[in-house]
Amino acid sequence: MAIQRPAGEFDFSYAYDMATIRRRWQWVMLLLFLAGLYTLPLYASRSVVSLVNRIGISIIAVQGLNLLTGYTGQISIGQAAFMTAGGYISALLVNNLGWPFPAALPVAALGAGLVGLIFGLPSLRVKGFYLTMATLAAQFIIPWFTRQAFPEVLNGAQGLNVNVPVIFGIEFNEPGKYIYLTLTTLIITTVIAHNISRSRLGRAFVAIRDNDLAAELLGVNLFKYKLQAFFLAAVYAGVAGSLMAHHLRHINSETFNLVDSVLLLGMLVVGGLGTNLGAIVGAIVVEFIIEGATLSAPFFVELFPATAAGMIQALRPLFFGVTLMLFLIFEPRGLAHRWQLFKAAWRLRPFSH
Amino acid sequence: MKNDIVHLDVQDISLSFGGTQALLNVGLDVYQGEILAIIGPNGAGKTSTLNCISGFYRADRGDIFFEGQDITRTPTHKIAEFGIARTFQNIALYTGLSTLDNLMAARHVHMKSGMLGCMLYWGFAHRENIEHRHVVEEIIDFLEIEHIRKAVVGALPHGLRKRVELGRALALEPKLLLLDEPMTGMNLEEKEDMARFILDIHELQNTTIVLIEHDMGLVMDIADRISVLDFGRKIAEGTPEEIRDNPAVIQAYLGQEY
Repeated sequence: MAIQRPAGEFDFSYAYDMATIRRRWQWVMLLLFLAGLYTLPLYASRSVVSLVNRIGISIIAVQGLNLLTGYTGQISIGQAAFMTAGGYISALLVNNLGWPFPAALPVAALGAGLVGLIFGLPSLRVKGFYLTMATLAAQFIIPWFTRQAFPEVLNGAQGLNVNVPVIFGIEFNEPGKYIYLTLTTLIITTVIAHNISRSRLGRAFVAIRDNDLAAELLGVNLFKYKLQAFFLAAVYAGVAGSLMAHHLRHINSETFNLVDSVLLLGMLVVGGLGTNLGAIVGAIVVEFIIEGATLSAPFFVELFPATAAGMIQALRPLFFGVTLMLFLIFEPRGLAHRWQLFKAAWRLRPFSH
Repeated sequence: MKNDIVHLDVQDISLSFGGTQALLNVGLDVYQGEILAIIGPNGAGKTSTLNCISGFYRADRGDIFFEGQDITRTPTHKIAEFGIARTFQNIALYTGLSTLDNLMAARHVHMKSGMLGCMLYWGFAHRENIEHRHVVEEIIDFLEIEHIRKAVVGALPHGLRKRVELGRALALEPKLLLLDEPMTGMNLEEKEDMARFILDIHELQNTTIVLIEHDMGLVMDIADRISVLDFGRKIAEGTPEEIRDNPAVIQAYLGQEY
């Protein structure tokens, strides 16, 4: 189905046809929305701000995974491992070398990206299920490395206490302040992800996903672009990992584990693979569902008092699992696709097509 | 139109898969600006020949020269940079992209923006997008697929997808166009459209075309020369008239008894 323009709207140049934000009111809406987010600490409770903060960081990690899995079609369950890499690098730079956080963040991202490159190397030879297994290796090797290697620096299984980021003398030591770091980073990563998807790089990624043989015959260097996808995914993970480590003020090998990797992939599936909107919506919805599990735990504890102790730990994967299953059955293309259908229906109403 | 410059020179290539000899000493001279049709019964090695030329398969023996350069061992993704484009027997489009993006994706080798440029987008990558959009829109215009410009190709009917695939090959601005059964599964009207497009490409841009096709009437009409393959060997080559009366060809198609 071709894209429907709202009534009375015409394209008068290719640039206008390609534009993402086409009308002035859309700018106004966007800025109002962002203003609402930035002023959140003024009117929302600490727990809500904390949740938004966590969602923001998850979105960044999912955006990276979307570049690799959604656009390039290389399924990865190692995203949390690259978050670990980014978190540790950033922590070491800030703690031990005294770097300012705004410098440590990009360097940690690049460092995680390089680690991602190494684990992307198998993508030349293997694809599909086997490559997924290779990314799983990252999920074991990197945490193992942080536990075993350089105990005097990485402090083994105890992990590191991470300093609070200080920028221009301001300590970002509570969610109400930290959210500004998260949101600002999130805006940048969103813009970059969108830019990639609409330019030469993004089309090469999708070409590899949809038909790697044809892509190669049409001049796409598969290995180069698969590696770039791995690199970018790990860079995004590095950013998210660094932000999370400084937010929690602690990192160890279990801060980002295999369950988180699967969770990130699940967020992407719920939102919709291969769409920028999906990465955002999926992370929000899944984080809300997990929050719902936490909030509804007391209710379930009353129902099943015998299992009270492990209720939250049991409910989270249960809620997540059921959500994922329902999405795979009823909307495998995710919420972003549903949103597209809704928009088309709204513009065509009262006609059905 | 037709001249004596050899554009693509396939020199006695052989290819085998395990014990199956797919091609045995197949040689082809394709002249600049001609339409060469490759015909033959099923399993004769027609598609294998195209796959060798486009770098998808590596010939076990023999060499392939394009414009005098040896491309036998060129990495597959570099073949496109030489100006060789192809379509596939079983359509191989980027199913999740729109028609427009499929064609834009094929501009890959002509576009320059790298990873950083794409991330920043504004400036060079944006200008480049628009610049190449002009080229792509001309192809869309030429192939009369304006109405499906923004439709996702996975949902298009077979005939249109074949046309989009031809458009994608054209977006590469090829000097040599390899068409693998561009008219399978089409009705007469669609076939005539496709034949018209092929002839137009040939006449307007003087593109050299190598064509695999089973519809003999059509091949006889549009090809300058025909090569006939059978069981991985070239059994005949010549103008349509020569091929029509060639006893070896008749035998390959209709059997010994005839």
